[in-house]
Amino acid sequence: MSGLPLLTLMLVVPLVGAAVIWLLPNASSRLSKPIALGVSLLTLALALLAWARFDSGSSDRYQLTETHSWIPQFGVSYALGVDGIALSLIVMAAILTPICLLAAWNDLGEDADPKREKTYFALMLVLLTFMVGVFAARDVFLFYVFFEAMLIPVYFLIGLFGGPRRQYAAVKFILFSLVGGLIMLVAVIALYFQGPGGEQGFLYEALEGAVGGSTATQRWLFLGFFIAFAIKAPMWPVHTWLPDAASESRPATAVLLVGVLDKVGTFGMLRFCLGFFPEASKWATPVVLTLAVISVIYGALLAIGSRDIMRLIAFTSISHFGFIVMGIFAMTTTAGGGSALYMINHGFSTAGLFLLAGFLISRHGSQRIADYGGWQRVTPVLAGTFLVSGLSSLALPGLSSYVSEFLVLAGTFQRYKWVAAIATIGIVLAALYILLTYQRVFTGPRPEFAADRTPRDLGVREKVVVAPIIASFLLLGFFPKPVLDLVNPAVEQTLKIVGVTDPAPSHPTNVATGSDK
Amino acid sequence: MTAALTTLPTAFEAVKVDYSAVAPMLVVVAAALIGVLVEAFAPRTQRHAIQVGLALVALVASFAVLVLVSVDHRTVTVGGSLAIDGPALFLQGTLLIFAILGVLTMSERFGGRSADAFTPMGAATPGSPAESAADRAGFATSEAFPLTMFAVFGMLMFVAANDLITMFVALEVLSLPLYVLTGLARRRRLLSQEASLKYFLLGAFSSAFFLFGAALLYGYAGSSDLVRIAQAISTADGAYEGLLLPGVVLVLIGLLFKVGAVPFHSWTPDAYQGAPTPVTGFMAAATKLAAFGAILRLAYVGVEGSRLEWRLGVAAIAVLTMVVGAVLSVTQTDIKRLLAYSSIAHAGFILVGVLAFDVTGVTGVMFYLAAYGLATIAAFAIVFLVRSGGSEATHLSQWAGLGRKHPVIAGIFALLLLAFAGIPLTSGFTAKFAAFAPAISHGGLAGIIMVVVGVLASAVTAFVYFRLIVLMYFTEPTGDDVVALTPSIASTIAITVGALGTVILGVIPGPILDLAGRVSQFIQ
Repeated sequence: MSGLPLLTLMLVVPLVGAAVIWLLPNASSRLSKPIALGVSLLTLALALLAWARFDSGSSDRYQLTETHSWIPQFGVSYALGVDGIALSLIVMAAILTPICLLAAWNDLGEDADPKREKTYFALMLVLLTFMVGVFAARDVFLFYVFFEAMLIPVYFLIGLFGGPRRQYAAVKFILFSLVGGLIMLVAVIALYFQGPGGEQGFLYEALEGAVGGSTATQRWLFLGFFIAFAIKAPMWPVHTWLPDAASESRPATAVLLVGVLDKVGTFGMLRFCLGFFPEASKWATPVVLTLAVISVIYGALLAIGSRDIMRLIAFTSISHFGFIVMGIFAMTTTAGGGSALYMINHGFSTAGLFLLAGFLISRHGSQRIADYGGWQRVTPVLAGTFLVSGLSSLALPGLSSYVSEFLVLAGTFQRYKWVAAIATIGIVLAALYILLTYQRVFTGPRPEFAADRTPRDLGVREKVVVAPIIASFLLLGFFPKPVLDLVNPAVEQTLKIVGVTDPAPSHPTNVATGSDK
Repeated sequence: MTAALTTLPTAFEAVKVDYSAVAPMLVVVAAALIGVLVEAFAPRTQRHAIQVGLALVALVASFAVLVLVSVDHRTVTVGGSLAIDGPALFLQGTLLIFAILGVLTMSERFGGRSADAFTPMGAATPGSPAESAADRAGFATSEAFPLTMFAVFGMLMFVAANDLITMFVALEVLSLPLYVLTGLARRRRLLSQEASLKYFLLGAFSSAFFLFGAALLYGYAGSSDLVRIAQAISTADGAYEGLLLPGVVLVLIGLLFKVGAVPFHSWTPDAYQGAPTPVTGFMAAATKLAAFGAILRLAYVGVEGSRLEWRLGVAAIAVLTMVVGAVLSVTQTDIKRLLAYSSIAHAGFILVGVLAFDVTGVTGVMFYLAAYGLATIAAFAIVFLVRSGGSEATHLSQWAGLGRKHPVIAGIFALLLLAFAGIPLTSGFTAKFAAFAPAISHGGLAGIIMVVVGVLASAVTAFVYFRLIVLMYFTEPTGDDVVALTPSIASTIAITVGALGTVILGVIPGPILDLAGRVSQFIQ
């Protein structure tokens, strides 16, 4: 595209911001917060500009492309470019980062060690770079580099700034991710030799629909990628790192981790597993759908049984990721579009839940649900916004998740009726875990506080944090068309590579356009 | 035997030597000899400065000669016993850089009179009055520098040796000075001497294996020349077939010992722990590189024709090396032993690349060696700086909270650990990629299995490195007496070069990969 290399700029700007913050003299460490916020807003502006430049009607799948030779000996290029799905995820990351920075404003307290303060906000910006990079990469090797490199800032964010068991959580997180990533590395190397090769042999366009090798080879490669993405997403039975990581990290970190980074898993399944190994994907579909349904139900059950509010939200995410994976492997345009939309919606509803839970915890100092009760009478705005976020998470019609969950289930139903039927139990369970939590935390008699220790309701900063999230629920709930228009062409192109067509419709397939809901 | 005898020359003839090709080696050995004279004639107070200066000047000169002159003289010379070809030149150049960095770290004085790493008097009984008297009198073992130069000379010859006899001579020339250097640590003298003795005994043992294997191969081929051995294998008439495999195996054992492959690794942790830390860094980087250079030449030039017979055995050794190195590194509590076991695991990773049997494998192995060596020298240079009450704080618990007290030192060390763990954008990742890719594309099923084992072993070692990072950054300091000394300019240069190299080879590896790729063809 003409003019600015927007995607590269979006990689460089946060990185420069991080460097500036790191180089601040300790005396002026106060500046690190406004700088971080300003840089993240600038990145958001670039992301919106990219959205404006993106032409979803174009036949080019990857747009805003940049291609430079990087390590030709390995067939590696520095190649960026986005399709609708990647762009929507980048925009989501760019919206959530300033929100998270604002939410984390007082995480370290008023008299924080200046070095710690600088490190905290610089790491967030570094993370933003990697989040953009992992979605914007158009080269498998480059993707892998970002995929692994983004572990480092998260590792430090959890390990340096997390809760009491942060070391355990950080090491567990990095080990799960590394095992998955290294298995994927074998597949990445082998992929090159099954593809066309050459100095740009890692480009997505070169590989899509062009991966050779025997059926067995393709299946092994598929597994190499899928395992890494399943750990990342995370799916049952490799989900156990997520509750620890989410409950031990700061709410803002948890949002970026669960809301954005874990989307790399589902994003990768859609783009790599389906795009590069269509036959193997079809072969694996029964198993993957089974695991997805198990994740839906099991995650929801664990959430209901959870006593810790942060762990609860993490478990709900496992359930939601089950839906997303289900939609991807159902391989219908409806379900695929629904999954892509779900990734966005889940990002926002999880952000709402985590951040509001964080605000709650910062007032009372406990993550245990049993320590609360009746808080609606103390902090009505907090309670109300939490309820709205929860309702969005349980897919109440009119709020965003409803659209995506409906699309996923309807699309899955077209091909796998039983899978969709069993997964609907997940929706019922979602109502349970959200409403039970709300009941336990916010309803009941007004709790007693010492006279001067009555918690205050949401302040201005916190309201500013919550407002865009709630707005996104309504906007995407009533008017999901812009996002669906963005993601659907990419989904359709992927399914075309896979070579599946939607089952003969017993009802109109243009449900996917979403405009008629 | 008559057939073998006829191939011998009837009388000794003076061999032709291409002096331009071997000039880098001559420069180094000349400096080593002059260093011995300096030791004999220069006043004691000036020896340190003279020796360090001499060594550095010679190494830089040797490197310059290599780059400016020798590159245009790629030939087999000295009667076929030295092959100055692409891989030899690349490895020699890398070796010289390692040697420069190694000498820089060894010269660290921390404001004292002599090199801080070395004992004032190697021959004195540890803790004896003679030792303290030597210290008071200002004695110093500045002969460490000529010894290092001899070792470097041996290594330069080792990677170019095209003949089993030359290879053996080179092996001894590089090993003997290292045995001595290992025993010269200033602190924990008993440990150092024990390490030296163990290293010497096991090294002598492995030399015997090598020599016996070389003899068998001579019996098989009628020549110790690798090219002749290759010819004999390709025209095998079955006469002495029984000698080939035992010969190859025994020679390989001798070489695998030097790289620290399991089950020939048991000297590694002891020698790494006992040796003066800068020597450990130099030894880990340079010996490994030299030995792998010899293995490459033996495997690719000499006995490739019979590889189907021994390849699987070496593959098993590679798997074993990766697994044992990775698993045992988990249990280590001493940082030098930890890095030793990690070096064992790395030897396994490199073997995976060797066994690809393709020029891209040579490229990958050479790149890996360069990347690993740079990071290793810098890592040990940093270990050398961390002190507690005057002695080196090598116990892991002493590293707790180092990131708080010394953010720069700990930051660089963390970077190096990330490189060892193979995290992208560091040299470790590119190197692993470079070594593993040929194994997948040319190594067949065995290659893929080795790579899978390799990445799983990487995950285990990554746990070790991340635990260390946790210790440095996330743990409260235990005692306040652990400090990182301020390095002199020399050490700073070595650490900086190592760290920069780690980043550059990770972010823009293209030029070096390109170079390694262009020179990865052996002269047959």
